[in-house]
Amino acid sequence: MNVPENLKYAESHEWANVEDGNARIGITDHAQSELSDVVYVELPKVGDKVEAKQAVAVVESVKAASDIYSPLSGTIIEVNSELDGNPALVNSDAFGAGWLFVVSVDNPGELDGLLSAEEYTRQIS
Amino acid sequence: MLKKTPLYEDHVKAEGKMVDFGGWLMPVQYSGIMDEHHAVRNGLGVFDISHMGEVFISGPGAKAYLNGLLTNNVERIAPGECQYTFLLNEKGGIIDDLLVYQTGPEAYLLVVNASKIEEDVAWMQAQLPAEGVVFENRSDDFAGLAVQGPRAAQLFDKFFEGKYSRPARNEIITVQVGNAEILIARTGYTGEDGFELFFPAGYASRVWNELLSAGAEFGIKPCGLGARDTLRLEMCYPLNGSDLSGEHTPLEAGMSIFVDLAKPAFMGRDVLAAQKAEGVKRRLVPFKMVGKSPPPRSHYPVYKNGEQVGETCSGSLSPSLGVGIGMAYLPTAIARANEEVEIDIRGRRFPATIEKKPLHRKN
Repeated sequence: MNVPENLKYAESHEWANVEDGNARIGITDHAQSELSDVVYVELPKVGDKVEAKQAVAVVESVKAASDIYSPLSGTIIEVNSELDGNPALVNSDAFGAGWLFVVSVDNPGELDGLLSAEEYTRQIS
Repeated sequence: MLKKTPLYEDHVKAEGKMVDFGGWLMPVQYSGIMDEHHAVRNGLGVFDISHMGEVFISGPGAKAYLNGLLTNNVERIAPGECQYTFLLNEKGGIIDDLLVYQTGPEAYLLVVNASKIEEDVAWMQAQLPAEGVVFENRSDDFAGLAVQGPRAAQLFDKFFEGKYSRPARNEIITVQVGNAEILIARTGYTGEDGFELFFPAGYASRVWNELLSAGAEFGIKPCGLGARDTLRLEMCYPLNGSDLSGEHTPLEAGMSIFVDLAKPAFMGRDVLAAQKAEGVKRRLVPFKMVGKSPPPRSHYPVYKNGEQVGETCSGSLSPSLGVGIGMAYLPTAIARANEEVEIDIRGRRFPATIEKKPLHRKN
């Protein structure tokens, strides 16, 4: 299973890519594989204030709806509108084109609570 | 402790994703629900249905016993044939839906839902006559496989090399494979052509693997419970526990053709007769989402003209249609094709229309 070194991870299977005070969020390769066949993605709205560990999006596979939690507190500044027409990007490119949203990092201290690639790999193996 | 079918090791080897399904550790999928669904609609798939229950009933009193117990009329079938039927409680509510196969002049096989084996058996045994009926619950030592898809007949012919001719739709035959006696029925839960095989559990792995290798040239895929659910929902076949329950009668479930009220007596008959005379208040109907929406799931509220009129009992994305589909019990006045309703999905309402059965039709 692919777990890029440069990302931070939440125990609830989201990844965070922090750059310039903002974090791009998606679900991990492991998570998309567990869900399989993503058929619908419900995203937060730009401008929404979110708390860490708050359910902010829903990823639906054929079988079930799964809540996606923001790993960090902040404001939603961008969402991946490509997923509206092509939700399967979450399956085909979980760490790339299948990203979900970008949240401002209001509390950088929260980053210490996230897992490293090594720690996340241990969690899923 | 979750129960395992005799194919557990084979599922793990085939990278089946094993989940708890009503106390059974079962594969929900292998290659993916979509992929397996399309394999069955367009080619061939094989499902492990060993979790289902097999109850053998025989003897000079078997026919009368079953006719007093089940809603459909066993007189309507002959040896080698089968029928869909219901086991009801005293209130006419559904305990289980099942298939009765007549395997001999005085012999029957009942195939019941896995989660209902104990309840069915206890209820059926409580009504056994003092003599004339032999009742054997062989669920634990029987395996079951469902081979489903438009290429199923080709696989049958290849597998038996002309030694046996295919049973016709809803018929059952007994074949010999090595030392194993296998019951093969032309039945299924997918809406496609196909066969269901029932045989002693010890042969399960061998039969499973022989079917997979013989079926390779027809593109056979192992299929899990996920695809089984989307396939049956597209056909509007009800699932006990979701669409059927002790709170609903077969008439409410839209299944009156499997109820013979002309029979003098069967468990729940009087309740159903009264309900038929009065007219049912609610009926199970299929619906389809209109336009783009999240897929419906079970227990989503259903609205009509701003008022909640019911809730969904089954729901999924339909892989064949590419839209959300489901079933719901709705007031009779609106339980008819083309009615417009709304499904509440996480607090937002999305339009849907009531449809005719089945939701998926062959081109």
